[in-house]
Amino acid sequence: MTRIVADLDRCVGSGQCVLTDPDAFDQSDEDGTVVLLQDAPADDEAWKRARIAVEICPSRALSLTE
Amino acid sequence: MTAPALQTTRRCPYAPPDEHTRIRDTESGISQVTLPSGQVAWALGRLEHIRAVLTDPRFSSDRQHPNFPRLTREQPTSDLMRPSIIQLDPPEHGPARKAVVGEFTVRRMAALRPRVQQIVDDHIDTMLAGPRPADLVRALSLPVPSLVICEQLGVPYHDHEFFQSRSSALLSRAVTAEERRQAATELRDYLKNLILEKAADPADDLLGRQLAQGNDPEDVLSLAFLLLIAGHETTANMISLGVVTLLERPEELTALRDDPTRTPLAIEELLRVYTIAEFANSRVAVEDVEIGGVTIRAGDPVLALSNAANHDPSAFDDPEEIKLDRGARNHVAFGFGIHQCLGQNLARMELQIVFDTLFRRIPTLRLATPADRLPYKDDAFIYGIHEVPVTWEDPA
Ligand code: SF4
Repeated sequence: MTRIVADLDRCVGSGQCVLTDPDAFDQSDEDGTVVLLQDAPADDEAWKRARIAVEICPSRALSLTE
Repeated sequence: MTAPALQTTRRCPYAPPDEHTRIRDTESGISQVTLPSGQVAWALGRLEHIRAVLTDPRFSSDRQHPNFPRLTREQPTSDLMRPSIIQLDPPEHGPARKAVVGEFTVRRMAALRPRVQQIVDDHIDTMLAGPRPADLVRALSLPVPSLVICEQLGVPYHDHEFFQSRSSALLSRAVTAEERRQAATELRDYLKNLILEKAADPADDLLGRQLAQGNDPEDVLSLAFLLLIAGHETTANMISLGVVTLLERPEELTALRDDPTRTPLAIEELLRVYTIAEFANSRVAVEDVEIGGVTIRAGDPVLALSNAANHDPSAFDDPEEIKLDRGARNHVAFGFGIHQCLGQNLARMELQIVFDTLFRRIPTLRLATPADRLPYKDDAFIYGIHEVPVTWEDPA
Protein backbone atom coordinates (compact mmCIF):
# COMPACT_ATOMS: atom_id res chain seq x y z
CA MET A 1 0.00 0.00 0.00
CA THR A 2 1.27 3.46 -0.85
CA ARG A 3 2.22 5.61 2.12
CA ILE A 4 3.64 9.03 2.82
CA VAL A 5 7.19 8.88 4.12
CA ALA A 6 9.04 11.74 5.78
CA ASP A 7 12.81 11.98 6.07
CA LEU A 8 13.49 13.98 9.22
CA ASP A 9 17.15 14.46 8.36
CA ARG A 10 16.23 16.28 5.19
CA CYS A 11 13.29 18.26 6.60
CA VAL A 12 14.07 21.95 7.21
CA GLY A 13 10.83 22.79 9.00
CA SER A 14 9.35 25.07 6.35
CA GLY A 15 5.83 24.04 7.31
CA GLN A 16 4.66 23.96 3.69
CA CYS A 17 3.24 20.47 4.27
CA VAL A 18 1.24 21.69 7.29
CA LEU A 19 -0.25 24.47 5.18
CA THR A 20 -1.14 21.93 2.52
CA ASP A 21 -2.88 19.46 4.83
CA PRO A 22 -2.99 20.10 8.58
CA ASP A 23 -4.79 16.78 9.05
CA ALA A 24 -1.83 14.85 7.72
CA PHE A 25 1.14 16.95 8.82
CA ASP A 26 2.27 18.81 11.91
CA GLN A 27 5.61 20.20 13.08
CA SER A 28 7.62 19.41 16.18
CA ASP A 29 7.77 22.23 18.72
CA GLU A 30 11.38 21.31 19.38
CA ASP A 31 13.06 21.63 16.01
CA GLY A 32 10.23 22.41 13.60
CA THR A 33 10.56 19.13 11.71
CA VAL A 34 7.56 17.38 10.24
CA VAL A 35 5.37 15.07 12.28
CA LEU A 36 3.28 12.71 10.18
CA LEU A 37 -0.23 12.54 11.59
CA GLN A 38 -1.42 10.24 8.85
CA ASP A 39 0.70 8.28 6.44
CA ALA A 40 -2.17 6.79 4.46
CA PRO A 41 -4.46 9.40 2.92
CA ALA A 42 -8.11 8.48 3.35
CA ASP A 43 -9.57 9.62 0.04
CA ASP A 44 -8.77 11.11 -3.36
CA GLU A 45 -8.78 14.66 -2.06
CA ALA A 46 -6.31 13.75 0.67
CA TRP A 47 -4.14 12.01 -1.90
CA LYS A 48 -4.15 15.11 -4.02
CA ARG A 49 -2.99 17.17 -1.05
CA ALA A 50 -0.29 14.62 -0.26
CA ARG A 51 1.06 14.85 -3.79
CA ILE A 52 1.12 18.65 -3.58
CA ALA A 53 2.99 18.45 -0.27
CA VAL A 54 5.56 16.13 -1.84
CA GLU A 55 5.98 18.51 -4.76
CA ILE A 56 6.36 21.73 -2.80
CA CYS A 57 8.41 20.42 0.13
CA PRO A 58 11.56 22.52 -0.36
CA SER A 59 13.97 19.95 1.03
CA ARG A 60 12.49 16.94 -0.77
CA ALA A 61 11.89 15.35 2.61
CA LEU A 62 8.53 13.87 1.64
CA SER A 63 7.87 10.98 -0.70
CA LEU A 64 5.24 8.41 -1.53
CA THR A 65 6.37 4.80 -1.38
CA GLU A 66 4.83 1.46 -2.03
CA MET B 1 32.19 37.63 -26.47
CA THR B 2 31.31 39.26 -23.17
CA ALA B 3 28.10 38.32 -21.45
CA PRO B 4 25.42 41.05 -21.27
CA ALA B 5 24.94 42.85 -17.97
CA LEU B 6 22.36 41.46 -15.59
CA GLN B 7 19.21 43.53 -15.86
CA THR B 8 17.93 44.56 -12.43
CA THR B 9 14.94 46.80 -13.16
CA ARG B 10 11.39 45.91 -14.14
CA ARG B 11 9.34 47.57 -16.84
CA CYS B 12 6.17 46.45 -15.10
CA PRO B 13 5.93 45.93 -11.32
CA TYR B 14 4.40 42.50 -11.67
CA ALA B 15 6.48 41.10 -14.47
CA PRO B 16 10.10 39.97 -14.41
CA PRO B 17 12.74 42.18 -16.05
CA ASP B 18 12.41 41.64 -19.83
CA GLU B 19 15.89 40.23 -20.13
CA HIS B 20 15.11 37.54 -17.54
CA THR B 21 12.07 36.48 -19.54
CA ARG B 22 14.20 36.35 -22.67
CA ILE B 23 16.79 34.13 -20.97
CA ARG B 24 14.06 31.82 -19.65
CA ASP B 25 12.57 31.46 -23.11
CA THR B 26 15.83 30.58 -24.89
CA GLU B 27 16.25 26.95 -25.88
CA SER B 28 18.21 25.99 -22.77
CA GLY B 29 16.65 28.56 -20.42
CA ILE B 30 20.18 29.27 -19.19
CA SER B 31 22.49 32.07 -20.22
CA GLN B 32 25.60 33.85 -19.01
CA VAL B 33 25.29 37.37 -17.61
CA THR B 34 27.80 39.84 -16.20
CA LEU B 35 27.05 40.81 -12.62
CA PRO B 36 27.68 44.29 -11.17
CA SER B 37 30.77 42.74 -9.52
CA GLY B 38 32.17 41.94 -12.97
CA GLN B 39 31.70 38.21 -12.38
CA VAL B 40 30.19 36.20 -15.19
CA ALA B 41 27.40 33.99 -13.83
CA TRP B 42 25.01 31.42 -15.21
CA ALA B 43 21.49 32.86 -15.01
CA LEU B 44 18.67 30.30 -14.81
CA GLY B 45 15.15 31.29 -15.81
CA ARG B 46 13.06 28.09 -15.63
CA LEU B 47 11.27 26.90 -12.54
CA GLU B 48 12.31 23.30 -13.10
CA HIS B 49 16.03 24.21 -13.30
CA ILE B 50 15.89 26.49 -10.29
CA ARG B 51 14.20 23.84 -8.18
CA ALA B 52 16.90 21.37 -9.31
CA VAL B 53 19.81 23.67 -8.49
CA LEU B 54 18.45 24.81 -5.14
CA THR B 55 18.01 21.21 -3.96
CA ASP B 56 21.37 19.99 -5.27
CA PRO B 57 24.23 19.82 -2.74
CA ARG B 58 26.72 20.35 -5.56
CA PHE B 59 25.79 24.04 -5.38
CA SER B 60 27.09 25.90 -2.35
CA SER B 61 25.78 28.90 -0.40
CA ASP B 62 29.22 29.82 0.91
CA ARG B 63 29.51 33.57 0.53
CA GLN B 64 33.20 33.44 1.42
CA HIS B 65 33.84 31.54 -1.81
CA PRO B 66 35.55 34.01 -4.16
CA ASN B 67 33.21 33.03 -6.99
CA PHE B 68 29.97 33.36 -5.03
CA PRO B 69 27.78 35.72 -7.14
CA ARG B 70 27.87 39.32 -5.92
CA LEU B 71 25.34 41.95 -6.92
CA THR B 72 27.50 44.83 -5.73
CA ARG B 73 30.86 46.03 -6.95
CA GLU B 74 32.51 45.80 -3.55
CA GLN B 75 33.49 42.76 -1.55
CA PRO B 76 30.70 41.44 0.67
CA THR B 77 30.43 42.54 4.29
CA SER B 78 30.38 38.90 5.40
CA ASP B 79 33.78 39.32 7.11
CA LEU B 80 32.02 41.40 9.79
CA MET B 81 30.33 38.40 11.36
CA ARG B 82 30.33 34.65 11.38
CA PRO B 83 28.32 33.09 8.54
CA SER B 84 24.60 32.93 9.30
CA ILE B 85 22.46 29.90 8.48
CA ILE B 86 21.77 31.08 4.92
CA GLN B 87 25.50 30.83 4.21
CA LEU B 88 25.97 27.31 5.58
CA ASP B 89 26.04 24.14 3.51
CA PRO B 90 25.31 20.64 4.80
CA PRO B 91 26.26 19.11 7.16
CA GLU B 92 26.59 22.32 9.25
CA HIS B 93 23.33 23.79 7.97
CA GLY B 94 20.80 21.25 9.27
CA PRO B 95 21.55 21.45 13.01
CA ALA B 96 21.89 25.26 12.83
CA ARG B 97 18.50 25.65 11.15
CA LYS B 98 16.82 23.14 13.44
CA ALA B 99 18.07 25.12 16.43
CA VAL B 100 15.84 28.03 15.42
CA VAL B 101 13.12 26.92 13.00
CA GLY B 102 11.02 25.62 15.89
CA GLU B 103 10.41 29.31 16.64
CA PHE B 104 8.66 29.72 13.27
CA THR B 105 6.38 26.70 12.97
CA VAL B 106 2.86 27.10 11.62
CA ARG B 107 1.51 26.48 15.13
CA ARG B 108 3.81 29.05 16.77
CA MET B 109 2.74 31.60 14.19
CA ALA B 110 -0.93 30.87 14.87
CA ALA B 111 -0.29 31.50 18.57
CA LEU B 112 1.11 34.94 17.70
CA ARG B 113 -2.03 35.98 15.84
CA PRO B 114 -3.83 37.78 18.67
CA ARG B 115 -0.82 39.99 19.34
CA VAL B 116 -0.31 40.75 15.64
CA GLN B 117 -4.03 41.52 15.31
CA GLN B 118 -3.72 44.02 18.15
CA ILE B 119 -0.66 45.66 16.58
CA VAL B 120 -2.45 45.97 13.25
CA ASP B 121 -5.57 47.42 14.89
CA ASP B 122 -3.52 49.94 16.86
CA HIS B 123 -1.75 51.15 13.73
CA ILE B 124 -5.01 51.43 11.79
CA ASP B 125 -6.50 53.43 14.69
CA THR B 126 -3.55 55.81 14.56
CA MET B 127 -3.80 56.15 10.80
CA LEU B 128 -7.55 56.86 10.94
CA ALA B 129 -7.00 59.53 13.59
CA GLY B 130 -4.36 61.27 11.48
CA PRO B 131 -4.41 63.47 8.36
CA ARG B 132 -5.50 62.34 4.92
CA PRO B 133 -3.89 61.29 2.68
CA ALA B 134 -1.70 59.05 4.80
CA ASP B 135 1.38 57.18 3.65
CA LEU B 136 0.49 53.53 4.04
CA VAL B 137 4.18 52.57 4.11
CA ARG B 138 4.91 54.63 7.24
CA ALA B 139 1.52 54.06 8.83
CA LEU B 140 1.26 50.31 8.40
CA SER B 141 3.56 48.44 5.99
CA LEU B 142 6.81 49.16 7.83
CA PRO B 143 5.82 49.46 11.51
CA VAL B 144 3.73 46.29 11.75
CA PRO B 145 6.36 43.73 10.66
CA SER B 146 9.05 45.74 12.37
CA LEU B 147 7.27 45.72 15.72
CA VAL B 148 6.41 42.04 15.34
CA ILE B 149 9.99 40.95 14.65
CA CYS B 150 11.30 43.19 17.44
CA GLU B 151 8.99 41.60 19.98
CA GLN B 152 9.78 38.15 18.72
CA LEU B 153 13.55 38.62 18.78
CA GLY B 154 13.62 40.80 21.85
CA VAL B 155 15.00 43.93 20.15
CA PRO B 156 13.71 47.23 21.63
CA TYR B 157 11.29 48.73 19.10
CA HIS B 158 12.12 52.26 20.21
CA ASP B 159 15.40 51.82 18.30
CA HIS B 160 13.51 51.07 15.07
CA GLU B 161 14.57 54.23 13.27
CA PHE B 162 18.17 53.29 13.86
CA PHE B 163 17.94 49.77 12.47
CA GLN B 164 15.40 50.56 9.76
CA SER B 165 17.68 53.17 8.20
CA ARG B 166 20.65 50.77 8.38
CA SER B 167 18.78 47.87 6.90
CA SER B 168 17.35 49.93 4.05
CA ALA B 169 20.89 51.15 3.27
CA LEU B 170 22.00 47.52 3.17
CA LEU B 171 19.28 46.66 0.68
CA SER B 172 19.72 49.73 -1.48
CA ARG B 173 21.58 49.87 -4.76
CA ALA B 174 21.75 53.66 -4.48
CA VAL B 175 24.32 53.86 -1.68
CA THR B 176 28.12 53.70 -1.89
CA ALA B 177 30.19 50.73 -0.77
CA GLU B 178 31.44 52.71 2.23
CA GLU B 179 27.90 53.63 3.26
CA ARG B 180 26.78 50.04 3.02
CA ARG B 181 29.72 48.81 5.05
CA GLN B 182 29.16 51.45 7.67
CA ALA B 183 25.47 50.54 7.95
CA ALA B 184 26.38 46.88 8.40
CA THR B 185 29.02 47.70 11.00
CA GLU B 186 26.68 49.93 13.01
CA LEU B 187 23.90 47.39 12.96
CA ARG B 188 26.31 44.64 14.00
CA ASP B 189 27.68 46.69 16.89
CA TYR B 190 24.17 47.55 18.05
CA LEU B 191 23.10 43.90 18.04
CA LYS B 192 26.37 42.80 19.61
CA ASN B 193 25.75 45.05 22.62
CA LEU B 194 22.19 43.86 22.88
CA ILE B 195 23.29 40.21 22.82
CA LEU B 196 25.95 40.84 25.46
CA GLU B 197 23.27 42.31 27.71
CA LYS B 198 20.99 39.37 27.02
CA ALA B 199 23.79 36.87 27.66
CA ALA B 200 24.14 38.33 31.15
CA ASP B 201 20.40 38.24 31.72
CA PRO B 202 18.60 36.07 29.13
CA ALA B 203 15.03 37.18 28.55
CA ASP B 204 12.26 34.90 27.29
CA ASP B 205 12.51 35.98 23.67
CA LEU B 206 14.01 34.32 20.61
CA LEU B 207 17.52 35.69 21.11
CA GLY B 208 17.39 35.03 24.86
CA ARG B 209 16.29 31.44 24.24
CA GLN B 210 19.07 30.91 21.69
CA LEU B 211 21.59 32.06 24.30
CA ALA B 212 19.97 30.03 27.07
CA GLN B 213 20.24 26.92 24.85
CA GLY B 214 24.00 27.42 24.94
CA ASN B 215 24.46 28.79 21.42
CA ASP B 216 27.59 30.85 20.95
CA PRO B 217 26.81 34.59 21.19
CA GLU B 218 28.73 35.16 17.94
CA ASP B 219 26.38 32.79 16.13
CA VAL B 220 23.35 34.36 17.79
CA LEU B 221 24.61 37.72 16.52
CA SER B 222 24.67 36.49 12.92
CA LEU B 223 21.20 35.06 13.35
CA ALA B 224 19.87 38.30 14.87
CA PHE B 225 21.34 40.33 12.02
CA LEU B 226 19.74 38.07 9.43
CA LEU B 227 16.31 37.91 11.06
CA LEU B 228 16.07 41.60 11.84
CA ILE B 229 16.74 42.62 8.25
CA ALA B 230 14.76 39.82 6.63
CA GLY B 231 11.92 40.21 9.10
CA HIS B 232 10.69 43.63 8.27
CA GLU B 233 11.68 45.01 4.86
CA THR B 234 10.39 42.05 2.93
CA THR B 235 6.98 41.77 4.58
CA ALA B 236 6.63 45.56 4.51
CA ASN B 237 7.10 45.57 0.75
CA MET B 238 4.58 42.77 0.26
CA ILE B 239 2.03 44.66 2.36
CA SER B 240 2.40 47.77 0.18
CA LEU B 241 2.35 45.88 -3.11
CA GLY B 242 -0.56 43.71 -2.00
CA VAL B 243 -2.72 46.62 -0.85
CA VAL B 244 -2.13 48.51 -4.11
CA THR B 245 -2.92 45.42 -6.17
CA LEU B 246 -6.14 44.71 -4.29
CA LEU B 247 -7.29 48.34 -4.44
CA GLU B 248 -6.83 48.19 -8.20
CA ARG B 249 -9.17 45.18 -8.38
CA PRO B 250 -12.34 46.28 -6.59
CA GLU B 251 -14.43 43.24 -7.56
CA GLU B 252 -11.88 40.75 -6.38
CA LEU B 253 -11.32 42.80 -3.26
CA THR B 254 -15.02 42.63 -2.47
CA ALA B 255 -14.93 38.86 -2.94
CA LEU B 256 -12.03 38.61 -0.50
CA ARG B 257 -13.69 40.87 2.03
CA ASP B 258 -16.84 38.75 1.87
CA ASP B 259 -14.91 35.53 2.23
CA PRO B 260 -11.60 35.87 4.08
CA THR B 261 -10.93 32.13 3.69
CA ARG B 262 -9.76 33.14 0.18
CA THR B 263 -7.03 35.42 1.51
CA PRO B 264 -4.31 32.76 1.94
CA LEU B 265 -4.50 31.78 -1.73
CA ALA B 266 -4.56 35.44 -2.79
CA ILE B 267 -1.38 35.92 -0.78
CA GLU B 268 0.35 33.02 -2.57
CA GLU B 269 -0.54 34.64 -5.89
CA LEU B 270 0.76 38.04 -4.78
CA LEU B 271 3.98 36.41 -3.58
CA ARG B 272 4.34 34.74 -6.97
CA VAL B 273 3.64 37.70 -9.22
CA TYR B 274 5.87 40.13 -7.34
CA THR B 275 8.72 37.79 -6.30
CA ILE B 276 10.23 40.70 -4.37
CA ALA B 277 13.41 38.86 -3.38
CA GLU B 278 14.19 37.86 -6.94
CA PHE B 279 17.97 38.14 -6.51
CA ALA B 280 18.20 36.23 -3.23
CA ASN B 281 18.91 32.79 -4.69
CA SER B 282 22.55 32.57 -5.73
CA ARG B 283 24.94 29.64 -5.50
CA VAL B 284 28.41 28.61 -6.57
CA ALA B 285 28.96 25.21 -8.16
CA VAL B 286 31.41 22.98 -6.30
CA GLU B 287 31.35 20.20 -8.91
CA ASP B 288 30.63 20.04 -12.62
CA VAL B 289 26.87 19.76 -13.10
CA GLU B 290 24.78 19.48 -16.25
CA ILE B 291 21.52 21.43 -16.24
CA GLY B 292 19.28 21.71 -19.28
CA GLY B 293 22.06 20.57 -21.60
CA VAL B 294 24.52 23.18 -20.27
CA THR B 295 27.58 22.13 -18.30
CA ILE B 296 28.13 24.30 -15.27
CA ARG B 297 31.73 23.90 -14.11
CA ALA B 298 32.95 23.62 -10.56
CA GLY B 299 33.59 27.18 -9.37
CA ASP B 300 31.01 28.81 -11.67
CA PRO B 301 28.65 31.37 -10.08
CA VAL B 302 24.94 30.65 -10.56
CA LEU B 303 22.02 33.05 -10.23
CA ALA B 304 18.41 31.86 -10.05
CA LEU B 305 16.11 34.29 -11.86
CA SER B 306 13.26 33.42 -9.54
CA ASN B 307 10.94 36.11 -10.85
CA ALA B 308 11.21 34.75 -14.40
CA ALA B 309 10.68 31.24 -13.00
CA ASN B 310 7.56 32.34 -11.15
CA HIS B 311 6.20 33.49 -14.52
CA ASP B 312 7.34 30.37 -16.35
CA PRO B 313 4.52 29.34 -18.72
CA SER B 314 5.50 25.69 -18.42
CA ALA B 315 4.65 25.87 -14.71
CA PHE B 316 1.83 28.42 -14.55
CA ASP B 317 -1.07 29.01 -16.97
CA ASP B 318 -1.26 32.62 -18.19
CA PRO B 319 1.60 33.49 -15.85
CA GLU B 320 1.40 37.24 -16.47
CA GLU B 321 -2.16 37.38 -15.20
CA ILE B 322 -2.86 38.01 -11.54
CA LYS B 323 -5.47 35.39 -10.58
CA LEU B 324 -6.07 35.69 -6.88
CA ASP B 325 -7.72 32.27 -6.74
CA ARG B 326 -5.05 30.55 -8.85
CA GLY B 327 -4.12 28.28 -5.96
CA ALA B 328 -0.56 27.62 -7.14
CA ARG B 329 1.86 27.03 -4.30
CA ASN B 330 4.79 25.72 -6.32
CA HIS B 331 6.33 29.20 -6.73
CA VAL B 332 9.79 30.01 -5.45
CA ALA B 333 9.07 33.46 -3.99
CA PHE B 334 10.48 32.24 -0.66
CA GLY B 335 13.28 30.38 -2.43
CA PHE B 336 13.52 26.60 -2.54
CA GLY B 337 15.74 23.95 -1.04
CA ILE B 338 17.17 23.87 2.46
CA HIS B 339 17.45 27.65 2.69
CA GLN B 340 13.82 28.39 1.90
CA CYS B 341 12.72 31.40 3.94
CA LEU B 342 12.72 30.66 7.66
CA GLY B 343 10.10 33.32 8.34
CA GLN B 344 7.69 32.43 5.54
CA ASN B 345 4.84 31.47 7.85
CA LEU B 346 5.32 34.60 9.90
CA ALA B 347 5.10 36.62 6.69
CA ARG B 348 1.98 34.77 5.53
CA MET B 349 0.28 35.31 8.89
CA GLU B 350 1.12 39.03 8.98
CA LEU B 351 -0.06 39.58 5.42
CA GLN B 352 -3.30 37.78 6.10
CA ILE B 353 -4.10 39.81 9.20
CA VAL B 354 -3.14 43.11 7.57
CA PHE B 355 -5.19 42.55 4.40
CA ASP B 356 -8.25 41.18 6.19
CA THR B 357 -8.25 43.88 8.84
CA LEU B 358 -7.42 46.87 6.68
CA PHE B 359 -10.12 46.29 4.07
CA ARG B 360 -12.72 45.30 6.64
CA ARG B 361 -12.09 48.33 8.81
CA ILE B 362 -11.66 50.87 6.00
CA PRO B 363 -13.98 49.77 3.19
CA THR B 364 -13.60 53.15 1.43
CA LEU B 365 -9.79 52.98 1.35
CA ARG B 366 -8.39 54.19 -1.98
CA LEU B 367 -5.12 55.29 -3.53
CA ALA B 368 -4.49 59.04 -3.44
CA THR B 369 -1.89 58.68 -6.21
CA PRO B 370 -2.57 56.48 -9.26
CA ALA B 371 -0.88 53.09 -9.02
CA ASP B 372 1.22 53.72 -12.13
CA ARG B 373 2.71 56.88 -10.61
CA LEU B 374 3.84 55.35 -7.33
CA PRO B 375 7.58 55.32 -6.56
CA TYR B 376 8.45 51.65 -7.06
CA LYS B 377 11.78 50.44 -5.67
CA ASP B 378 13.83 49.99 -8.81
CA ASP B 379 16.84 50.99 -6.74
CA ALA B 380 16.74 48.22 -4.14
CA PHE B 381 17.64 44.54 -3.98
CA ILE B 382 14.21 43.81 -2.56
CA TYR B 383 11.33 45.11 -4.69
CA GLY B 384 8.60 47.24 -3.18
CA ILE B 385 7.23 50.78 -3.08
CA HIS B 386 8.78 53.72 -1.25
CA GLU B 387 5.52 55.52 -0.51
CA VAL B 388 1.80 54.75 -0.97
CA PRO B 389 -0.51 57.73 -0.34
CA VAL B 390 -3.98 56.48 0.62
CA THR B 391 -7.19 58.18 1.65
CA TRP B 392 -10.72 57.18 2.79
CA GLU B 393 -14.17 58.58 3.54
CA ASP B 394 -15.51 59.36 6.99
CA PRO B 395 -17.70 56.54 8.19
CA ALA B 396 -21.35 57.34 7.49
S1 SF4 C 1 7.34 20.84 3.71
FE1 SF4 C 1 9.13 19.49 3.84
S2 SF4 C 1 10.71 20.73 4.82
FE2 SF4 C 1 8.77 21.74 5.19
S3 SF4 C 1 8.13 20.97 7.20
FE3 SF4 C 1 7.15 19.71 5.64
S4 SF4 C 1 8.55 17.99 5.35
FE4 SF4 C 1 9.70 19.57 6.44
